Amino acid sequence: MSSVPELTPSKTDQDYSSNSLWRLTLRRIFRQRSAKIGGIILIFLVLVAIFAPVLAPFDPEQVLIGVEDVKKRESPCIHLLGCPEDRPQHIMGTDGNVRDVFSRVIYGSRVSLFIGFSTVGFAIIVGTVLGLLSGYFGGWSENVIMRSMDVLLAFPSLLLAIAIVSVLGPGLQNALLAIAIVSIPIYARVVRASVLSVKQQEFVSASRALGASDSRIMFVRILPNAFPPLVVQGTLGIAAAILSAAALSFLGLGAQPPTPEWGTMLGSERNQVFTAPHLVFIPGVAIMITVLAFNLLGDGLRDALDPRLSQEGE
Amino acid sequence: MIQYTIRRIFLSIPVVFGILLVTFVLARSIPGDPCKAILGEKATVDVCERFTREHGLDKPIPVQFGIYMRDILSGDFGESIRFSRPVTTILIERLPLTIELGLIALVLSVVVGIPMGIISAVRRNSSVDVATMVGANIGVSMPVYWLGLMLAYVFALLLKDTPFWLPPSGRLSAGVVAVPFYEVWGLEVLPETLIFNFFEFFANMYILNSLITFDWEVFRDATKHMILPALALATIPLAIVARMTRSSMLEVLRQDYVRTARAKGVKERLVVLKHAFRNALLPIVTIIGLQLGTLFAGAVLTESIFGLAGVGRMLFEAITARDFPIVQAFTVVIAIGYVFANLLVDISYVFIDPRVRLD
Repeated sequence: MSSVPELTPSKTDQDYSSNSLWRLTLRRIFRQRSAKIGGIILIFLVLVAIFAPVLAPFDPEQVLIGVEDVKKRESPCIHLLGCPEDRPQHIMGTDGNVRDVFSRVIYGSRVSLFIGFSTVGFAIIVGTVLGLLSGYFGGWSENVIMRSMDVLLAFPSLLLAIAIVSVLGPGLQNALLAIAIVSIPIYARVVRASVLSVKQQEFVSASRALGASDSRIMFVRILPNAFPPLVVQGTLGIAAAILSAAALSFLGLGAQPPTPEWGTMLGSERNQVFTAPHLVFIPGVAIMITVLAFNLLGDGLRDALDPRLSQEGE
Repeated sequence: MIQYTIRRIFLSIPVVFGILLVTFVLARSIPGDPCKAILGEKATVDVCERFTREHGLDKPIPVQFGIYMRDILSGDFGESIRFSRPVTTILIERLPLTIELGLIALVLSVVVGIPMGIISAVRRNSSVDVATMVGANIGVSMPVYWLGLMLAYVFALLLKDTPFWLPPSGRLSAGVVAVPFYEVWGLEVLPETLIFNFFEFFANMYILNSLITFDWEVFRDATKHMILPALALATIPLAIVARMTRSSMLEVLRQDYVRTARAKGVKERLVVLKHAFRNALLPIVTIIGLQLGTLFAGAVLTESIFGLAGVGRMLFEAITARDFPIVQAFTVVIAIGYVFANLLVDISYVFIDPRVRLD
């Protein structure tokens, strides 16, 4: 008897990890134009983040007074484009504390990618567990979990994040935690919906009949069915998380100076928009490109993995 | 219908209760001693003890929650710590601006977003479609505050001395005064009464107030001040509405009844607007309802960029200043407004699509 439950799961596991399925999925993803563009931008950003020390001409937190003959909030100076050779080159200018903006923007990609992946990672883990528990067991646990999620969803997410940060105290770590908490409900709902759609199917009953434990059925049998919508939602969620974190930092509640975070950079120079617009323009474009990459990738993934939710309507 | 509405309102009660509970817990967990925060660092132990007793802060937390619920249900949000004024009064001053700003942004995103989505769907893969969708993708990826600052830079600085100049901050230019409609109409209302508060609320929507009093100077000035914030605030909802309209229309345009309509020779414009759009409306309305949250969150950022004294900016300032009566009241009002707006969306389904049965 004991050999039977051993045999069947291993066969199914093999199916999930089979090469052809992966290749098929990847091919489907790369056929999407938006996924391709988003993926390319993302790879570029990841490379920038990895090679930041090589690419950045200065330390992002280094104040250049005394090092070079530059003043604060100097406009961009590129020698190739006709900037006098005797002026030190700062291709995106210097900020209010006489730091090199280009270096700060480059290092900012590290912070933003870290924000995106860590918050969504945390939210997915917690949301998945909550969604699995409520969808699989139903009853009062479902009621308690899903009603709590409804309450969280009833608040505009940025406002709730602001409120949570004000309790925990300003700082990047607390901002990340706040954003992660407010994004849990989306993942809990996605996972619960997947659980509900497959929980009555034969392969689940078969697994149960073979004596699999609840946790094994939940995590090994049911959860893989929730992967496609989770991946899609997670990718779009990273975009949203980066935007929210930048907004919190802009308001002074997230990353604190001198951290090279794009939202903080924008926030600390916002009053200079009329005198030194490049200090506001550049970090904003950096945020936009990063968020756009994840949004495009997410849209492409959705069209490839989850045709029901397709934006294309096909 | 009425039965369904009543039942939905009852079903919202646990959520509203949850909102009150979360707000209570959050406000109580904001670090710092409320006595010292209100009476100042030099408050003596005796004074603080009396203060704590008077405000019921020495009672067990569940009892405090009870008192808090009782006060809120009777419309008493307490007094602001920073301004020493009733929170309700502050709400009446600040909320109209946010509602006005939010409504203009919402109308803008619907009036522009829906036609854009329809045209994209009808002319699928055309240059118009590609441009709209690229624009929409960029639109949802833009930080609201960045867009606001850039708009201010372009319209207030670069276009200075041109007819396109727009003011970068405030609600009215210096010297322009919005006279409340009840004063123009010669209505006598006693201050601090319910009617007065009600009138004040509407009078504080300057554009509406100037419209009903035919004060065109104020109307022009107030509208001019509202354009940039509304544009910044509307961008994300507009992009989302356009995308949803496009995908929903594409879905419907493939249906058999659309082909039937075309086959019987119905004009293309009628096919699109009457046969297809009507049926594509449901998801669009749902997404519009969900945008209210984006609008409220965006209001915090937009109002602080454009120097507008609305609910969003007030709430942010109150949080950073630990003015928790305001934090509690404003969060509750916004969250409950959001819940009920989505309730209205659910109820509107019946009018949009008679096939939807509400039971």
